Amino acid sequence: MSSPAAGSHPVHKDPEGARLGMWIFLFTEILLFGGLFLLYSVYRAKYPPDFHHGGQHLNVIIGVANTVILLTSSLTVAVAVSAIQKGNRKLTLLCLGATITLGLLFLVNKYFEWSAEIRLGIYPNGPELLKLPDGEKIFYGLYYSMTGLHGIHVLAGLIVLSAVLGSVWRNKITSAGFTSLENAGLYWHLVDVIWIFLLPMLYLAA
Amino acid sequence: MEQAAGRGHVVPYQTLVRVWLLLLLLTAILVFTSRVYHELLSVWAMLTLTPLKAGLVFFYFMHLKYEKPFLKVMVLVTLAVLILFIGLTFLDVSLR
Repeated sequence: MSSPAAGSHPVHKDPEGARLGMWIFLFTEILLFGGLFLLYSVYRAKYPPDFHHGGQHLNVIIGVANTVILLTSSLTVAVAVSAIQKGNRKLTLLCLGATITLGLLFLVNKYFEWSAEIRLGIYPNGPELLKLPDGEKIFYGLYYSMTGLHGIHVLAGLIVLSAVLGSVWRNKITSAGFTSLENAGLYWHLVDVIWIFLLPMLYLAA
Repeated sequence: MEQAAGRGHVVPYQTLVRVWLLLLLLTAILVFTSRVYHELLSVWAMLTLTPLKAGLVFFYFMHLKYEKPFLKVMVLVTLAVLILFIGLTFLDVSLR
């Protein structure tokens, strides 16, 4: 036996390395959405009036409400990280619960927003969409792909945050080790940052 | 001592709440400028305030401010690559 048995030796932990790994994953996410942002900018430059008109049609109130919801959910997850560092388990659980609730509320709003568009016949290959000029078809295509991909990220974030909430509940995540909470938080914040860009691109640039 | 070093930087609740209020204020300004129908003003507000909001989330909520320079440089390089790609594509589109 050249090395001590694993059971008697403390397990090596590297929170900094784990965070770095998470950030590298987030870089790939930035480039994924960056590709869509690029597509948006080029077509916006090509069809300015159509994009303008498309943006006017979207529901600004839902867009802004969802921004406030996501910004607040980012605050609660950031507070959850500070709380676990201070050993405040109760506040951590409360904040994670609030984050998940706000994330669900975001998706509920998204559901109503999309339903309203779909009822008007504006969806990929929808009867009303096909009557619109080319630029507007592209605008709605990008609207559905960007908010849809973002929505999938919100859903994934909610699943991860729920798992983290369960671990805090079972005392698997404590002030002694909270890397998974920190990394789940990083992911959730990036989802928020992407929405920060989607708001002016889709809803405000009318 | 070991334990304290392993915990990393603890951002005070007060700082987080202040950043959140600032983010809400910037959003309000952004929405307001987009409603006044002043094309140039709203475009510039979007181009400056949106990255500022993202920067606040990166620096305070995501603790980038308290990370080592190595990670900060990595983030900067990633964003520079994205901006470079967008810039080069625009150059291509505009010269066609």
